[in-house]
Amino acid sequence: MAKAILKITNLRVESINGTVLVENTSLELKPGEVLGLIGESGAGKSTIGLASMFYARAGCRITGGTIEIDGQSIGDLSADGRRDLRGKRIAYIAQSAAASFNPAHTILDQVCEMPVIHGLMTRAEAKAWALELFKALDLPKPETFGNRYPHEVSGGQLQRAMTAMAMSCKPAILVFDEPTTALDVTTQIEVLVLIKKLIRDFNTAALYITHDLAVVAQVADRIMVLRHGKMMELGDAKQILTAPTTEYARALVTERAASDKLSVAVAPAKRQPLLDVQNAMGVYHKFVAVNNVSISVAQGETVAVVGESGSGKSSLARLIIGLLPRKAGTVTFGGRELSPALKQRSKDDLRRIQFIYQQPDVALNPRQTIGNVIGRPIEFYFGTPRAEVKQRVAKLLTQVGLPEDYAKRLTTALSGGQKQRICIARALAAEPDLIICDEPTSALDQLVAEDILKLLKKLQDDLGVSYLFITHDLGIVRRIAHRTAVMLRGQIVAEGTTPQIFAPPYHPYTERLISSVPEMRVDWLDEVLARRRRAQV
Amino acid sequence: MLRIIAVRVVLGLLTLLGVSILIFAATEILPGDVCTAIQGQGATPDTLRVCRIELGLDRPSYVRYTEWFFNALHGDFGLSLTNKRDILKSISPKFVNTLFLAGYAALIAVPLAVGLGILAAINEGKWIDKVANIVSLAAISVPEFFIGYLFILFLAVRNHWFPSLSTVFSDMSFGERVYVTALPAVTLTLLVTAHMLRMTRSSVLAIMSQPYIEMAFLKGLARARVIMVHALPNAAAPIITVIALNLAYLVVGVVVIERVFTYPGVGAFMIDGVSKRDLPVVQAGGLVFAGAFVLLNTVADVLGVLVNPRLRRAKTGT
Repeated sequence: MAKAILKITNLRVESINGTVLVENTSLELKPGEVLGLIGESGAGKSTIGLASMFYARAGCRITGGTIEIDGQSIGDLSADGRRDLRGKRIAYIAQSAAASFNPAHTILDQVCEMPVIHGLMTRAEAKAWALELFKALDLPKPETFGNRYPHEVSGGQLQRAMTAMAMSCKPAILVFDEPTTALDVTTQIEVLVLIKKLIRDFNTAALYITHDLAVVAQVADRIMVLRHGKMMELGDAKQILTAPTTEYARALVTERAASDKLSVAVAPAKRQPLLDVQNAMGVYHKFVAVNNVSISVAQGETVAVVGESGSGKSSLARLIIGLLPRKAGTVTFGGRELSPALKQRSKDDLRRIQFIYQQPDVALNPRQTIGNVIGRPIEFYFGTPRAEVKQRVAKLLTQVGLPEDYAKRLTTALSGGQKQRICIARALAAEPDLIICDEPTSALDQLVAEDILKLLKKLQDDLGVSYLFITHDLGIVRRIAHRTAVMLRGQIVAEGTTPQIFAPPYHPYTERLISSVPEMRVDWLDEVLARRRRAQV
Repeated sequence: MLRIIAVRVVLGLLTLLGVSILIFAATEILPGDVCTAIQGQGATPDTLRVCRIELGLDRPSYVRYTEWFFNALHGDFGLSLTNKRDILKSISPKFVNTLFLAGYAALIAVPLAVGLGILAAINEGKWIDKVANIVSLAAISVPEFFIGYLFILFLAVRNHWFPSLSTVFSDMSFGERVYVTALPAVTLTLLVTAHMLRMTRSSVLAIMSQPYIEMAFLKGLARARVIMVHALPNAAAPIITVIALNLAYLVVGVVVIERVFTYPGVGAFMIDGVSKRDLPVVQAGGLVFAGAFVLLNTVADVLGVLVNPRLRRAKTGT
């Protein structure tokens, strides 16, 4: 057995005000081994990842335990000694490449910086090595790629460039912190393949941090499940996926594997469209974001719009509510045509379509009490007297599963899932016929997201409200949508009932989307690759 | 990029045009005019009418404004009322003096402020940060003439290290000028350092919480390199803006200091003009100040575009 290259013993990390972020966590990493760290937000995954480089974010401190790299305890080293290890022996790959690249320097400068500063290569050698890495990572035009600035390349390319940057010193250990979470499924699979190949080719050990079990299953040899800063379970990847022993791990696995339908398909014959969009076209400064799109939503129906980022899903939503000017086509709602511009719509038109946003944090005014947030649309649309508004707010809060006395609180004190419930209550306050949900669960943890989906479904059953559900998550679509439209470059390329869309014959793009969604099997990625390779031959 | 810069330059010119109208309008609404000023007590309605016709003051104000503004564009500010000399000829040496003093102070103040600001940011909360903040705040809180007189009292009157008067003459050597103007330059430095220092400190600190700074530390870079190479270029734009504002203040706001040290700059020249009701001189001074102010700020805007790769490499047309 090879000796552990990274060994963490009884790690404890606290914030300055004394909150324990990670406690009693130990792990070992052998050369070439990949350990997955999995858990929901607040589980301490990133904290452990950073602590392995003996780095703690502002306001946090490593207060206990030892971290050894190559048998040398980093805590005992001087600041210079630690700095010498960082980047050289152990390198970090962050979630958001866009935020982690310095906007003021070219990509090449940033990739070459590390080996030169650590005295491993001359600038010319570093450049040659960077070029090789760019080639290995399949970056377009590798010779000139590095001369671009971070804002000039796509998210997937930038994520690969960050991997190149981490590899620039040929470190023995890589720390991946959610490297594919911000990417589309189709991009995620490409990046995942390259990461896997790189780790194998260079025999690099890695800590792979993610909240997605299916993703980690593709790259990790072993998986550690974390919750509230404590280790819940550690085991072989296959064992965690198929036979988790702790209850929490089991909940994570079952939720990820969930495929139970929340909705039953509505009989198509009776469809009386509530919202009917015909040949709509929407343009942002000369860029056609929505191109000749027709879509309809019936009373009490959920229609999902899926596609990658930039496919025009959100633009379509903005066009329907009148925020994106409509250049052509018609939008009919309840039998009446809606004006293209928001300002020309009547109060009642506005009331009948409500919106739920992706990020509840940003969608709520932090200075307002919850009672005000929910009460305002009631007063605005119905002119209801104060006392009645209060009762109505209380009722809405109960409806979305929150205690009535929340009305007096500020929104800032709530968790992400609770905030999204407030947003739903605010939308319901207007008694709308249609709610447009723009990725309402993608900023939430898995188990919380599941509760929100169930709530939305229950409200539909009780109130008969329709949803236009925008998402990139095919798993959600399959479970909640009666009908589905697939968007690509501003156009709808496939449309039909959800079972139709998810059964052959597929549109080629739909098939690509479906096959890119990671599945809960350890060898899924290899199978997909093999299948795609066969298809190419 | 060129388009963005062109827009800034055009906006600067428009600002200057607006300011020139304001200056003209302000002198216009003052009670009395050039003729009452020239004739003083001996004015009668008849002599005034003749005088106004002679000087063209009977024409509508917009005609006179246009004439004045276009002449000013050609460098013709007209004749001084009191001594009948060409204003351009008398104002240009004063302006050179003002620029000399401002440049002198800027050469000390800008490196000092930016350097201390960076040092304060690196050592946030430590003694050097606190000292830099307190001293610079104290310096800006004391009126400039008070600091000036303190310097004169201790460094000129009691100890004779520096002259108490900073009057410069055209036959002085460069070295002499530097020596003679040291006190006003240091006084001005104390005045403008605090603002730039605090802006540098807070801009650098704001950038220090960005993820790419964390990444730079995780790459194993030394703190000094992280700040100089990774933080500063991104903090540059707001710092440049504040430097420009302070440089403009050095040119425009030195009136009091010029008085204290009897330094022959544009400010002192303009004050003379005001006390003698020499309106063309006041207008010319105002226009020169406005021009310097607008120019420095436009340069700062353009530099702000140049240090930002997003703007520098922006495709034209978007």
